[in-house]
Order: sequence, then structure tokens, then C-alpha cells
Amino acid sequence: MMKFVQDVKPDVTTDIVYMMCPMHLLKLEEMIKELDQGQILEIMTDYDGALEDIPAWCEKTGNEFLGMDETPDFFKFYIRKLAR
Amino acid sequence: MKKYYFDHVATNPLHPAVLEAMMPYFGEKFGNPLSVYEYGSQAKDAIEDAREKVAGLVNAKPAEIIFTASGAEANNFALRGIALAKQNEGKHVLVSRMEHHSILNSARFLEKSGFAVTYLPVNKQGVVDPETVRKSITKETVLISVTHASSEVGTIEPIREIVKVAKEHNIIVHTDAVATTGNIPVDVQELGVDLLTMAAHQFYGPKGAGALYVKQGLRIVPLIYGGIQESGRRAGTENVPAIVGMGKAAEMATAELGQRMEYLRPLRDRLIEAMTGVPNVVLTGDRQNRLPGHASFCVEFIEGEAMLLLLAAKGIFSASGSACSSKALKASPVLLAMGIPSGLAQGSIVFSFGMGNAPEDVDNLLNEFPAVIKRLRDISPYAQGWGDREGGDSCTAKK
Repeated sequence: MMKFVQDVKPDVTTDIVYMMCPMHLLKLEEMIKELDQGQILEIMTDYDGALEDIPAWCEKTGNEFLGMDETPDFFKFYIRKLAR
Repeated sequence: MKKYYFDHVATNPLHPAVLEAMMPYFGEKFGNPLSVYEYGSQAKDAIEDAREKVAGLVNAKPAEIIFTASGAEANNFALRGIALAKQNEGKHVLVSRMEHHSILNSARFLEKSGFAVTYLPVNKQGVVDPETVRKSITKETVLISVTHASSEVGTIEPIREIVKVAKEHNIIVHTDAVATTGNIPVDVQELGVDLLTMAAHQFYGPKGAGALYVKQGLRIVPLIYGGIQESGRRAGTENVPAIVGMGKAAEMATAELGQRMEYLRPLRDRLIEAMTGVPNVVLTGDRQNRLPGHASFCVEFIEGEAMLLLLAAKGIFSASGSACSSKALKASPVLLAMGIPSGLAQGSIVFSFGMGNAPEDVDNLLNEFPAVIKRLRDISPYAQGWGDREGGDSCTAKK
């Protein structure tokens, strides 16, 4: 069950709208490395595969999936860095 | 017979140093840039090095350069990619009448896909007036594409002024800089454009390598879907040797640009001065504001193809802006857009010089070309009506 959130204040935003799969996972990995523990990453993407991939990636890597938001053109995913 | 190549807008010869830089990537450095082992990283590093050099040539950031297989692909990518990305904000696009077919036909594709397209008129020198752009903008307009310079008539367009108008309305601007990149200074910051097309073979690089500059933060829908090459924006295993060649050619062009322009301008000016002295020969395009190695004319009462053939028989290679198809003679849309009558536009001929041309080569051209014109006019039925023709006064250079 997807969790929808609003008004999350991200520390870092990355826009990968229209970039091809699996850029959402590569960028996620790259950006999370840059963050401090506890900081929030926002990923904007139009790729619907991310609806499954991003929560699954969070579970696998031990980061917290906060939820997502939707605009007419793309999704926004929010991830809190927990794992070192 | 000695050969004289005056068709550098068609393509340039590959610089020997560029070929040398490319060679290892046809041979032992054959890896796929996506591979994780040594061969892959070698190829990846080479591409990123080329990206820096190409970015340097147009004053962009390396991450803003997307490699393509040609200028035409980059033009298709820009037009379709931005129109589709912006279609929720509006479905109107402006393109000029000076554009290459890769822009015009992409615009026609957009029209078929439900977009409205306005084709911007030009003046007799082929210049797009920024005020015409302003008047053509609607609240639906999302993209403006105007070439930096026409390879057919050499006129350089006022891109910075067009961008200024566009930015008042927050509209994205693309320019096709295939004819200018590596030949005159091209600076994306100074021009202010959001997207810019370039092609390596126009500055002594290889064919099969082009690039699109996409300003950081701009979203663009891909033209080619597949893997994550070019940051997931242009799929397909990279043409590593060609990209390396483009990088080397860009590096050389950055270093030698001023010197090349200084070398080519006198060749161009000498030809223009001599030929505009021949009766009923007119310069097309702007006299001052034009590509450094570019001289284009309309020769009355003669068909362009006939001149090309007779010159080619003397080892002189040039181009005609008008394409002759089997039955119908079709005049160049660019020349017609400039108000040149279709009869006169048939007599279009373009000479474009490069670094392999010597000043003596222009002497030879000046020895041969007027004789070719005379011979063709002697057999031309149209030449009989000297003096009472219609509309022959509307070409640009006659003052």
C-alpha cells in the first residue's frame, strides 16, 4: 500500500524526470551517499517502475521510505537516510 | 587534375590529429563504456574527457552536453523533446524559415501531433527580426528555434536579441549551431540559449558525432529509448571513436578559432568582391554578418546544377542551394523565404572555404567561374530576355 505524504521538507532534491530506467536507482544510490544521516532526499521522476523500486530499495538498504507525492507530470519520492 | 574543395558547409575533411586521437578506439581500446572492468572505464574516461572539451568549446558545463550521432539527431531531439516535455504548458512552437530540414520536418511532425507551429519570416538578407518573434509569441508558446547561421546563405542570426524577447515570456530557446560551432565564437552563456546543436564534421571532426547542449535543470523527453547512456537521456552504446574525435576537434577549434577566422575571411571577401562585379550575379545573405568562409550567389538565367557540373569537370567542387529533382525544378525554401524569385533561386551556388584552401585556389576559381557562367548563358534560353525580365531586382546584394 503506497503511502502519500505532503509538505515534506527535503534537504536535497534531484530531478530525473524523463531520464531512463534505471537512472532512478543509480541516482538514488549516488545522492544518498552525499547525505548526512537523518537528512531527507526528494527524487522527482516520471518512471512508474519507481513506485515499486524505490520502497524496495529502501527496505533492502535500511533507509526509511517516507512516502510519495504526485503531480500531473511526475512523482516525488521522499527518503530519509538511515543506513551508513 | 588538381582538386579544389569549396564545399565545407557540406562537410570538412578530418584533421589528421583528430584521426590519430580516434585510432586507438577502433583498435585495442574497444570497450563498452558501461562495462565495469578496465576496457569499460578506459572508454568511459575517454568519453568524459571529450565531453569536457566539447563543453569548453561552447562555454557549457560537461554535464550539459549530450552526445548524439549527428546534428540532425540533436535537432530532432531538441524540438520533439522540449515540445513533449512542455505540452501541458502550451502547444505552440516558433521556428524560422531559415532552418535546416531536420528542424522544419520535426516541426511538421509536431504539427501532425497536435502542436501549432509558426514559421517566422525573414528579411532579404535572411535575418529573423526579434520584433517578429515578439509578435508571434502567444500564451501557448513553449519553444523557439532559430538557427545560429544558415549554411545556405551564411547569414548569422541575432540569437541573443531573440533570447532576450523569449525570456520576457519565459520561453525556451534552441539554436541550431551546426554551421557556426568551431567556425565563429559560440558561447551558450553569452547567447543565453537553453539548447544548442553542434556537429563534429563541421569543425574537422568525424561524421557520426554531434551533440546537444541542454541547460542544467531543463527537462527533455528522450528521442531514443533504451539504457542509461548519456545520463538516461540518449540510449545506445556510444560511438566512442567518433566522440573522442569530436573532443579532439573541439579542443583544436577552441585553440585555433581566431586564427581560422582570420585565414578564411580574406578568401571569402575576395571571391565576393570579384563575383559581385560580374553582371547579373548577386550575393545571397548578409554581406557583413556572415560565416567567415562562406560566399553564396544567385546567378541569373542559369541553373545551379549546371554550374556545379561544369565546375566539377574542372576539379572545382561546390554546392547549390537548390535541389534539382528529376522532373520538377524545385527552388530552395530558404532563398524563397528571403524573397528571391524562384527563377533566380534556381541559379544558386555556394562556395565555402576551409583551412585546406590556399589563396591561389581562389585565383583559380576566379579564372574558371566567370567562363562557366558565360558558357551556360550562351546556351540559356532565359538569357535572351536581358533587361526585360521580371522581379530580377529583388535579390539582396544589388544596391
